[in-house]
Amino acid sequence: MARIRSDSRSELDLVAILCLTPSLLYVLAMFVYPFLYGIYISLQPKKRDAGIFSNYVAFFNDAYQCNTIKTTFMLALPTTIAVVLVALFLAYGMRRGIWFERTITTILVLPISLGVVFLSEGILGFYGHNGWLNQLLLAVGLIQNPLELTHNSIGVIFSLFMQNFPFCFLMLLGYISGIDPSLESSARMLGAGPWTIFRRVMFPLIAPGLIIAFALVFVMSFAVFPSAVMVGQPAGSTRTISIAAYQQAFEQYDMSYASAIAVIMGLCQLAALVVIVLVRRRMTIATTMGVGKR
Amino acid sequence: MRPSRAYAGRGMADSIDKLQMSITKRYGGKVVLDQFPLEIVGREFVTFLGPSGCGKSTALGIIAGLVPPSDGEIHLNGRRIDDVPPEKRGFGMVFQNYALFPHLTVFGNIAFGLSLQKRSSEEIDKRVRDMLGLVRLAGYEDRYPGQLSGGQQQRVAIARALVLHPRLMLFDEPLSNLDAKLRVEMRAEIKQLHTRLGLTSIYVTHDQAEALSLSDRIVVLREGVLMQVGTPQEIHDRPKNVFVADFMGFRNFLDVTLGKEAGGMIEAGFKGQILQARARDSFHPGERAVLAIRPEDVRLGQSGDGVNVLRGKVELVEYLGREQEAEITLDGGARLWVRSHEKIVLGETLDLTLPADKFVLLRRE
Ligand SMILES: Nc1ncnc2c1ncn2[C@@H]1O[C@H](COP(=O)(O)OP(=O)(O)OP(=O)(O)O)[C@@H](O)[C@H]1O
Ligand SMILES: [Mg+2]
Repeated sequence: MARIRSDSRSELDLVAILCLTPSLLYVLAMFVYPFLYGIYISLQPKKRDAGIFSNYVAFFNDAYQCNTIKTTFMLALPTTIAVVLVALFLAYGMRRGIWFERTITTILVLPISLGVVFLSEGILGFYGHNGWLNQLLLAVGLIQNPLELTHNSIGVIFSLFMQNFPFCFLMLLGYISGIDPSLESSARMLGAGPWTIFRRVMFPLIAPGLIIAFALVFVMSFAVFPSAVMVGQPAGSTRTISIAAYQQAFEQYDMSYASAIAVIMGLCQLAALVVIVLVRRRMTIATTMGVGKR
Repeated sequence: MRPSRAYAGRGMADSIDKLQMSITKRYGGKVVLDQFPLEIVGREFVTFLGPSGCGKSTALGIIAGLVPPSDGEIHLNGRRIDDVPPEKRGFGMVFQNYALFPHLTVFGNIAFGLSLQKRSSEEIDKRVRDMLGLVRLAGYEDRYPGQLSGGQQQRVAIARALVLHPRLMLFDEPLSNLDAKLRVEMRAEIKQLHTRLGLTSIYVTHDQAEALSLSDRIVVLREGVLMQVGTPQEIHDRPKNVFVADFMGFRNFLDVTLGKEAGGMIEAGFKGQILQARARDSFHPGERAVLAIRPEDVRLGQSGDGVNVLRGKVELVEYLGREQEAEITLDGGARLWVRSHEKIVLGETLDLTLPADKFVLLRRE
């Protein structure tokens, strides 16, 4: 009996490996190799006699460069928090379906299909110095001087919000509507009102998905480039780490230093992911043990 | 039996004297419940019985307050409760899939309702432990629902509802996910809890054996229409129509034309033969009707007086353990199911006696 089982088991493994091969090759060719190559380049500075880590040393010794980490972080974090909270609120409200659900979902998800450049143009046109919003508010007399909503971090946060919200919303909607509705019914029968149901039943069950959504949105926001240039202030308040890398590569033509900055950016994202995953593991052990997927 | 300690403090104020309702439920244009009437008195065990999709869960959901009725009223002890939300009705409910909170332990699940009532932690602890003893799950406090068997989860679900001393317990097919043996055991446990704690219960099932063994009264439903209400014995022995009879295990339905009535017996013409059946009010000579009889009530061989004897050939034999059930094609072409302890041989020709007092006379639909 045991023999037969272990045989079929190893057969299964073989099939699994065969099936995985194409995607493994793809990941190796398209991701791992370029990544390793980038690290390799970053360790060969332009200046011949410099040490292999000199690019990294230079980055962290230069406040102008290493402040980009903080700048990026200060853009990515508020964006992520706002995206996740708004998406959670809407997805929770729509979990059992609402009127005109498809229309509303389409409108909410539309920005995905527009592309960042178009979106940024739109933001400039609407929220810009001479945009519709300012003209309207001026005409109505609510404000005396135009609001400065673009070419600063507010503009970038707007833009990032619109780019990342649809993904987060769809992800959470799928996650939340997958939770068995009879859990809510049974909580009601035990005397729980809507807020108690959210706090004591639904939120603990949503939390693992919420954390994953948070991680994805954060990583996507951290890599912000086009909107930081178009609706931000790339020379100053929104000079993100990706802009620093771009400048080294295509303005200073120092590929090695640019690669080093890109690697540092990747490590920052990785560090954020590790922290988030650790938090998630602690929470899930405490809350959702025994739900099948741990 | 003496009421359990967990119930000792229960006041009279929260008990139920009478629940009355008559409700209609429509989904879109489809009528799912059609003026479904119900009256329940305290300490009664009432079962909703009917095939899948007949509206049992919908009716239960409306009583619970989870499903808004389209029309009609619900009165509890004379007070209208339609607009009282489920969390304020004080009813307990056990769901078909148990619906235990996966992120809480067994203790956390059972304590959930009590902690919402802001009870002291000593009281919660005591009541939860009493309840765990009652459903025979002491020692399982710290397990998560995912670490329990189906039967154990089901008992946690019952305990979670009972610990709040609900004035009405609602069970929605709580045993349908369990294996045959466990179902029989659990159903005895549910009945015991009901009597011992003096509960008032409504129980939904599509299993006639479950309904018969548990209920004080059975409500048979078909596509949202009430078919019959009665004690298990009434429903079992005197079904009012072909639907209920079919559901209660009458497998043989003979289309007959009624003839003369004499001495409490009525003649029924069946494929050129005259059968005798016990007469019933409101059936008249010349009327077309249906005679229903259970396979186990059909006897093999001829009876002494030769009344109600039919002849046929055995077409199919099903082995059922102690008995066998056979399908017989009668000389006239009709089919009859027979159940017997005696050996029935495939292909042989048999005489069958249909005892007149085992027939139930029904209207043709
Ligand atoms: N939310 C809904 N929208 C539309 N139709 C519904 C809805 N819920 C139930 N129905 C319909 O109402 C009818 C009764 O459903 P209900 O769940 O009460 O059946 P049931 O008797 O409990 O069946 P089962 O034994 O399979 O649980 C079914 O025909 C079902 O399709
Ligand atoms: Mg149902």
